[in-house]
Parts: sequence; structure tokens; C-alpha cells
Amino acid sequence: MTFTEFLRVAWESIYRNKTRSLLTMLGIIIGVAAVIIMIAISAGTEAAIEDEITGLGSNLVYVSSSFSRGGPGMRSSGGLVYDDAFAIADDVNGVEAVVVEQSSSETVKVVNVTLDGVTIVGSTADFPSVRDMEIDTGRYFNDQEVDRTQKIAVLGYSLAQELFGDEDPVGQVVTVDGTKLTVIGVFSGRGLVSGVDFDSQLYTPITVVFQKFAPSQFARFMGDRVRVISVEIESPEVMESTIQQIELLLAKRHDVSLEAADFSVTTQQDIIKTQEATTAAFRNLLGWVAGVSLIVGGIGIMNIMLVSVTERTREIGIRQSVGATPNDIRWQFLTEALLLSLVGGLIGILAGIGGSWVFGTVSEMRTVIIPSSILLAFTSAAVVGAFFGFYPANKAAQLDPIEALRHE
Amino acid sequence: MTGQTIIQTKDIRKIYGMGEISVAALDGVSIAIQEGEFVAVMGPSGSGKSTLMNILGCLDRPTEGRYILDGEDVSDLNKTELAAIRSRQIGFVFQSYNLLSRTTALDNAKLPLIYHRDNKRSPEEKENTARKKLESVGLGDRIYHQPHELSGGEQQRVAIARALVNDPVLILADEPTGNLDTRSGEEIMNLLHELHEDGRTIVMVTHDHEIAGHTQRTIHLRDGKVEKVIENGDGEGSSPRAEKEQST
Repeated sequence: MTFTEFLRVAWESIYRNKTRSLLTMLGIIIGVAAVIIMIAISAGTEAAIEDEITGLGSNLVYVSSSFSRGGPGMRSSGGLVYDDAFAIADDVNGVEAVVVEQSSSETVKVVNVTLDGVTIVGSTADFPSVRDMEIDTGRYFNDQEVDRTQKIAVLGYSLAQELFGDEDPVGQVVTVDGTKLTVIGVFSGRGLVSGVDFDSQLYTPITVVFQKFAPSQFARFMGDRVRVISVEIESPEVMESTIQQIELLLAKRHDVSLEAADFSVTTQQDIIKTQEATTAAFRNLLGWVAGVSLIVGGIGIMNIMLVSVTERTREIGIRQSVGATPNDIRWQFLTEALLLSLVGGLIGILAGIGGSWVFGTVSEMRTVIIPSSILLAFTSAAVVGAFFGFYPANKAAQLDPIEALRHE
Repeated sequence: MTGQTIIQTKDIRKIYGMGEISVAALDGVSIAIQEGEFVAVMGPSGSGKSTLMNILGCLDRPTEGRYILDGEDVSDLNKTELAAIRSRQIGFVFQSYNLLSRTTALDNAKLPLIYHRDNKRSPEEKENTARKKLESVGLGDRIYHQPHELSGGEQQRVAIARALVNDPVLILADEPTGNLDTRSGEEIMNLLHELHEDGRTIVMVTHDHEIAGHTQRTIHLRDGKVEKVIENGDGEGSSPRAEKEQST
């Protein structure tokens, strides 16, 4: 029997039992589609994360407080304070801008609207440039206003709409936890960046947050504590030397050694790497899940092939009586299993591409179809088909022709 | 008409089971059938007819004894070799036709050709061969019909076309008229007689004395042994011409 004849016989058998063949292939279809969709989703997530991180502003370095390694007996050293930011801005070369942020969650009121749990972001004058934010109407506050603890506010785009609707918010007064702030500007829409909705926040000088919303009883002695200082570096070339300067300066200011520093410096690159590691782990997990569904699909094929062998015992007997060898029978069923999984694989690829597209269009998730994932899915389908087709095919080949012919 | 010996069995035994509970389905059968003969095999159920037919058809092997088919000892061949012998030498006609369902008469008749190893015929040639065989059994206008669209007699004729398609040296018919009404049965018997006249060697199992009487010889089996062999004459004669008891 030639290969084309095997193919023809296998195809006829699949075609004759359309419904059953489709149901058999369903496992493989779902498995292959799952592999492609899941890889597309994680690749899309990765791309989205990368875009978002670049969207945070380029050449950013984050200096954050960390616990000193002094041990339990020692006074835990203070971590970052507000003045550290000015020290960095003044004493370190290669710094473009420095921003400090301190957030707090408060109730915001205007005449007839009250919003609970609005994030109040206290920051400094460089905030828009470092965070890549643009002013829609009005203006942002400057260094002098920060120094003087001016009770002013800039609104995120959607917050402004919620509070004032179509009215011009500039010049209006909002009451935040009892403190009246005058609106001087509104940001244009920015959307969700790294899970933070910049449009729903209220921005005010950081000194206002220190004084009114997050007062600290130690501030008098130690200065106001901050968690993160964002530093924009002039260019990537000076990144390393600038980081070194910042580390030395802060170590000196905090009177700690570099080894036991109470702060840490993270670059954009570090964050991307962490995110990549996370998404890679995520992708691996999805890959395993999809792989398991492929195996389940393979077991489905094996099941149906076993049923098919039993059902077609008489056919096998007839074929044997007219001269089919055990190998002929084995190849016939193996070809059928392979063809089932390959056709299933092809349909699965189409479903996977279609599914990825639907996911990308309907949901907010971004999907990127990776060509190698198609190859991977297709070859796994073939391997699964061959592997799980072998046992039923062997069983068919070993049937005794006399008993097979007698089978009802 | 009679030429070389097609079938020769030497003291064939087929034993099922082991030791104490073993049963001999065939208990020393020696027969010889010449080329061009039309032989009937009769016997009550349990006499070993089916077992003998399975061994003659190379679907099974004897436990003991030799079976020489067309000059080749096939007693000890393995499954694959037996399949090759079936493909080249033997055409089966079964009581229940045994056609592939949902498959056209043409594809059914062609089936042995796709398992035939020794020829390099193109698909078109194979199809033509099958088509000619179907025409020769009078089904030229039914070749694209599927079994369920054909009468029992027509299905059996497809089966005969299938049995002939490889030009086998031996046709084994296992109660070919058993499932048919009298008229269709007669048609099938006429067809078999035509094949016989063309020089085919045919061995047929039957329960029907009249049908057996139309063959040249009837081999009666009982309890796994040849009970008697009756010479019926030239196969066209109406009554048995000679009866010869054969000691077993």
C-alpha cells in the first residue's frame, strides 16, 4: 500500500465520520489554540509593560528607602527625606530633574460633588516633565509655590470632569479633607500607566501633603520622610557615574556605609528586567497549562481511535482477508490519528490566530502572535497524534483476522 | 482441465487449548484438490469445516501437518507472509458478503489491489481492472453504488468481483448462498459455475445437498476428520455418479 493510499483511506474515514472526527479533534484544536492565544497574550503583556515603562519617562532612576542592615539593636536609620531630593538636584552632576512624590488618599469635595478615596499626589515642580504629563488648561505649580506650601491643585483629566463637568475648573476651589485648594490647571488625558490611573488623581505641592494630609511627628527633627525620589538623568551615557554620585552623596548624608545603605537605586532597566522575569514565569505557566490541554487532546484521540478500532473490527478483518498485512493496518490507523491531529492542529492555528485577534480587539489585553508559537503548537499536535495513535494502531494490527471477520 | 495440484494438506491437525482440555477441531485431514476443480465441503456444525476453510484460506495455520498451496508450503508462515499469500493466491466469498460499508462497489472490488505488493499498476489501471471484474459479474451499471443500495445478490456479486480482481489460484466460498433467496442463490451459483468453466479452482462450504451435488466432488467432514468423499461427476450432472467411501 502506498503512502497516498494510506492518506486517502485515512481521509475517507475521517470525512465519513465528520461529527465524530470533529469532536475528536476538539481537544487538539483547543490545545493548539490555547498555546497560540496564551503565548500571544503574554507576548502582548510583555510588549505593553515595556511600552508603559518607557512611557514613565526615559532615563529615570528611582531612589527608594530601604531598611538599613544595622540589625535589630540599632536605631533604624531614617531612610530618605525630602531634603535629600534637593541635595541630589544641587550636588550631583548629570541630573536633569528630580521629583519627589508623597501620596495620600483623601475625600475631595466641591459644591455638589463628594468623591471618596481620591489619591492626592504631592510632588515638586519637575513632575510633569519627569512623568511625561502634559497640561491641558492652566499651568502646573513651580518651585516657589512648593516652598511656600501654596494651597493649590492640578487635576487629572477625568477627575476634573467628575468634579466640574463641562465647567472650567481653573480658579475653582476644591476641599480636600477640610483644606481648601485652588485649582490652577488640568492635565490632559494620560490613561492607565503601570496600573496607575494618572487621570483620576489630584496633584498638589508636596509640602501641602506633608503639612495637611500626612503629617509626621518626627518631621521637625529629621525632615519629612519620602519613599521614592525619581531622578531624571541627562543622558544614558552618564547614567552609571550619576548613580554612583547619588549613592555616595546619600551615604554621606545619612552617615551610613554603602554596604549598609538605607536606600537603594533602581534604574528603568532593572524594572524592565524584573517585569520580564515575571512575564516569562507567567508565560511558562501558561505554556504548561496549554501543554497539558494538548496532552488531554491526545488522550481524546487515543480514546476515539480505540473505539474506532473496536467499531471497525470487521472492516479490519475484511482488509486482512484480502491481503492487508499487520503493518498495513498499523499504518492505516496511525495515519488516521496523525491526520486527525494535524487537521485539528491546522484548525487550532486558525482558531488561535482568530482568538488572539478577538482578545486583542474586545478586551483591553494586547496580543502579539509569535510565529514560532504556531510552529510549536503544530509540531506538538503532530507528536501528540503519533504518540497517542500508536497504541490503538498496534492493537488494530494485532487483531486476528478470523475473529475480526466474525465480529458483529 | 485437471492440471497441477493446487491444494494439498498432509495430516492437518488444529488443536485449541492445552493439555487435558485441548480440543482438536481438525484431527488429521489430508485432501488434494487439483487445478480447475470445483469442490464442496459439507458437514454438521462442529465438524471442522470453518477451521479447514480458515487454514485453506491462510487466515490460520495448522497446529500440525503440512499445507501446500500451489506448490508452496505455507504451514509455518508468519502473519505478514500469510497476508501476502492471501493477497496473491486467494479470493474469498463470504456468506455475509463482507463488503466495506459506505464504500462504492468499485472501491470494494479494488480493495485487494491496494494491498497487492507485486504489481506496480497505476491507480487508473487498478480502477480499470476492478471495473472490468464488476462488468464481468454483471454489475457494470452499479459500480458507484454502495452496499446498502444493492440487493443481497448484487452485493455477493461485488464480493465475487473482489475475489477475482487479483487473479487468485483459489477461490474459497463460505456458504455463498446462505443469506440469499432461491433466485439470487441460483444466480450466484451460475456465476460460480461460469468461473469454474473458465478454469478457476473453487472450494465451497455449503449446507445444501443439491448445491453440493452440482460440484465435482463433495468432501464430508465429521469430528475433524474426512468422513467420505463423493464424486458428483463433471459438476454439471444432475445426480451423483459415484460414491466412494474413504477410510479415515
